[in-house]
Amino acid sequence: MILVIEQALNGLQLGVMLFLLAAGLTLVFGIMNLVNLAHGSLYMVGAYLWVAFAQLTGSYVLGVVLALAGALVVGMLVEIIALRTLYERDHLDQVLATFGLILFFNELVAILWGRSALYTSAPSWLSGHVELFGDLRYPAYRLATIAVGLAVAALLWYVVARTRLGMLVRAGASNRTMVAALGVNIRLLYTVVFGFGAALAGLAGLMAGPIYVVEPGMGEQVLIQVFVVIVVGGIGSIRGAFAGALIVGMVDTLGRAFLKPALATIWSPVVADTAGPALASMLIYLLMAIVLALRPEGLFPARA
Amino acid sequence: MLRNATHAVVVGAIAALFAAAPATAQQKSVKIGFITTLSGPQGVIGEHMKNSVELALDHLGRKMGGLPVEVIYGDDQFKPDVGVQVAQEMLSKHQVDFVSGIIWSNVMMAVSPTVTSKGKIMVGTNAGPSPLAGAQCNKLHINVSWQNDQTPEAMGKYMQDEGINDVYIMAPNYQAGKDMLTGFKRYFKGRIVDEVYTKMGQSDYQAELSQLRAKKPKAVFVFYPGGMGISFLRQYSEAGLRSQFPLYSVYTVDEITIPAVKHAALGQIETRYWSPDLKNAANQKYVADYRKKYGKWPVFYGAQSYDGMLLIDSAVRATKGNLKDTDALIRAMRKADFSSIRGKFTFGNNNHPIQNFYLLKTVAGPAGQDPVMEIQKAVFTNHKDAYAGECKLKW
Repeated sequence: MILVIEQALNGLQLGVMLFLLAAGLTLVFGIMNLVNLAHGSLYMVGAYLWVAFAQLTGSYVLGVVLALAGALVVGMLVEIIALRTLYERDHLDQVLATFGLILFFNELVAILWGRSALYTSAPSWLSGHVELFGDLRYPAYRLATIAVGLAVAALLWYVVARTRLGMLVRAGASNRTMVAALGVNIRLLYTVVFGFGAALAGLAGLMAGPIYVVEPGMGEQVLIQVFVVIVVGGIGSIRGAFAGALIVGMVDTLGRAFLKPALATIWSPVVADTAGPALASMLIYLLMAIVLALRPEGLFPARA
Repeated sequence: MLRNATHAVVVGAIAALFAAAPATAQQKSVKIGFITTLSGPQGVIGEHMKNSVELALDHLGRKMGGLPVEVIYGDDQFKPDVGVQVAQEMLSKHQVDFVSGIIWSNVMMAVSPTVTSKGKIMVGTNAGPSPLAGAQCNKLHINVSWQNDQTPEAMGKYMQDEGINDVYIMAPNYQAGKDMLTGFKRYFKGRIVDEVYTKMGQSDYQAELSQLRAKKPKAVFVFYPGGMGISFLRQYSEAGLRSQFPLYSVYTVDEITIPAVKHAALGQIETRYWSPDLKNAANQKYVADYRKKYGKWPVFYGAQSYDGMLLIDSAVRATKGNLKDTDALIRAMRKADFSSIRGKFTFGNNNHPIQNFYLLKTVAGPAGQDPVMEIQKAVFTNHKDAYAGECKLKW
């Protein structure tokens, strides 16, 4: 039982991490109608900026603040310089151009910091683990990422559902032409939304820094899962991104943990040994296929 | 009539030109196609291999047996199909005499047949998948590193000798991961608590670590190369498992991962055929010059790529630069007649090394520097791989 709770926490942690990335990606897709493959690069930029600023200032918190600001600026610059011309083009052009951005950022990072993975560690006040209850000990850093992720989700809900900016964002997601016709500076709105999406991706990257690997190309592995999240949740919908991220996080984690023992009770252990790991790594894609078959719009479509 | 004659002459001349071109090119220089992973997260391994090839060429004076050497580098992007494309281009467009390199066993399984079926020699400098050492061995495929199973066999023997029991074993789900755990189990006869395969390139191991803790093993054995190892070691330490379950590994802690994990690697036990502190003249020269030229420690991936170039050089010299006689070249290579960074070793009938394996421990480095790996003792001397018997080659 303790193990199930612990695995559920693991799933939640992966889920909130995916949500931070999916939120920005889904907004950009929903509002600007832009397929941005380079979203993973912004995740990487966040992680590298955090390492650089934390080293420079000697402070973890200062490093986080500066890295977030840095990711925001980088995101806005990318939007202004590279992406503005792409909104009117079709999706294939956008895919090609943003794929180019991936290559650009990976090489840039390799030139600036080298190809080797960087040394990172969690701040001392977040290392070690917390005794939750009974026998359950959980790494403090992972608990902190869950807390930050949920807090950001709540804040994002507030901004999108209760503020004027959020209203424009929602309006933009439903009918862009009408928003522009009402005299809203849609260009500025795009830049701001893209910048904040980049900052969220950067936040995910810098939180991933101490537990995963900070290296060129770190964003591409996670990006595929994020695309699954927004497809499952419904493109353009923050609520969908949140639900999709938690579902994908849980399915992936619980599949990796319990699929093999579960299969072993039905088939022989030998079959479970080969089928278990293969099936566990496919599980989220199967989930996506099922969602696409039953509800092609995703679970929580933006334009209901 | 005249036009037809001119036509024939021109065609003939072009044909002669094409026929002659490779032959003259071969006599003028030695062309080596070196395939490794140069982009993406695993590109750092390829960088070390490329650096070591360049250092070997420096040491050889950029000549092999009096002929100038040209190395064409190819990036397999960590994908078997791309590896095959790159190899085909090297063979047809660049007309290389040898193909060398290859980090990943799944890439090697695809590339080696491409090269050997064209009658060219494949000199593997990392991956040692079991089929190519056994039933699918080929006289033109020679491996200067190791067969995958050998290194974990040494760890299996060490843990068996230490009387360790109830071991939890983990590896990524691909050819080399399976070879590593198979090799471990060949010499470790105690109880295995569970055998877990994770996704290739996975970065989060928290779910697997929770399962591991619940099983309460006495020890853990893993194989996580490159970036996977960095993630795994960090998360293993962060979850507080290091003090609970001793961790043993192969190809997980090395001179690439140590700078990224630092103290999280301290005390880590590995087995390997080579280490920078191995005492022999060739190795000391290689390590010192590598550190001087590139400002960092070399890693085994590079060391064996350096050896690969010296091996090719030894064959080119022995055959006096007759690069068309692949049979003579491979026979010369099989003598392993060069100063290897690992000291003296021989080749088995399957063209895979018979060599020593050592126990390594990660210890604190000089003040203010990263930890280093130190040889503790030899686990195997002149250790032959388990698949040589399945290989039909006779010499």
